[in-house]
Amino acid sequence: MNTTFLEYVVFFVASLMMLGGAIGVILFKNPVHAALGLVLTLFGVAVQFVAQEAHFLAAVQVIVYAGAIVVLFLFVIMLLGVDRAVDLSIEPIPIQRPLAAVMTVGLVGLVSAAVIKAGDAIGTLNPGLGLDVAGETTADGQNIVSNDGNIQQLARNLYNDHVLAFQLTSVLLIVAVVGTVLLTRKWPKQGAAT
Amino acid sequence: MAQTGSCDVIAAVEPTWYLIVSSLLFGIGAFGLLVRRNPLVMFMCIELMLNAANLTFVALATSLGDINGQTAVFFVMVVAAAEVVVGLGILVSILRRRPGATADDLAELKG
Repeated sequence: MNTTFLEYVVFFVASLMMLGGAIGVILFKNPVHAALGLVLTLFGVAVQFVAQEAHFLAAVQVIVYAGAIVVLFLFVIMLLGVDRAVDLSIEPIPIQRPLAAVMTVGLVGLVSAAVIKAGDAIGTLNPGLGLDVAGETTADGQNIVSNDGNIQQLARNLYNDHVLAFQLTSVLLIVAVVGTVLLTRKWPKQGAAT
Repeated sequence: MAQTGSCDVIAAVEPTWYLIVSSLLFGIGAFGLLVRRNPLVMFMCIELMLNAANLTFVALATSLGDINGQTAVFFVMVVAAAEVVVGLGILVSILRRRPGATADDLAELKG
């Protein structure tokens, strides 16, 4: 079995998962089914990450997206009790769907044309010669020989070059958590005993 | 890499393909964001678009041999998580007050 053939199979199966799940998200009438379609898309993206040897990001993709974000979606759907089918044939603004379709086709066409035109400048993927292969040298000339070279490279880059952004990320998360607690809290009625 | 057997004629998987697939994913997400009325499904469509951007980052990071792209994906994931938390918090507090509201019913922020 040829390696290239296997890469083809992985690529097309993962792409089918991604696009099928995405179409499911926008076509399923029930929000729960849409969330499950989103899981399929996220797993497809994770497979694509593995195929491009971004192993750490693939693991984070499955844990954070499929494990946390989709569970949060499902939790909110169940909590609010909106897990019932809606009629998608109702169209409040009649021209909206054709216009959205035209915009989408134009957007995808433009981006694809730009990608194909860029073509050679993008470079080749060098299958089997990704970022984490033994013998690859990092910026400081150090040889990476272990199997978790991807994680080491990512950590070195994150904690050296982007450490300020990393710390600002923690501020962002704190703000998001506090804001959500404030938003969803039930405030006592105005005029009630303080 | 060595190409033998029946696969002589086909080229290896190229980053261009990943970019085109991710542009398709982005297009589907944008279309869904424009046509769906359920705010939860609209959030899911935003996630689709963010994932398309992530796939683009990883494809270019791998093809250009630059780990910075993967770090960017890391940050995008953090921001996506924060965005979903805040968005769903707003949604819960809106739908608690007005059950079954769609995006059309939310034209004004006044409670």
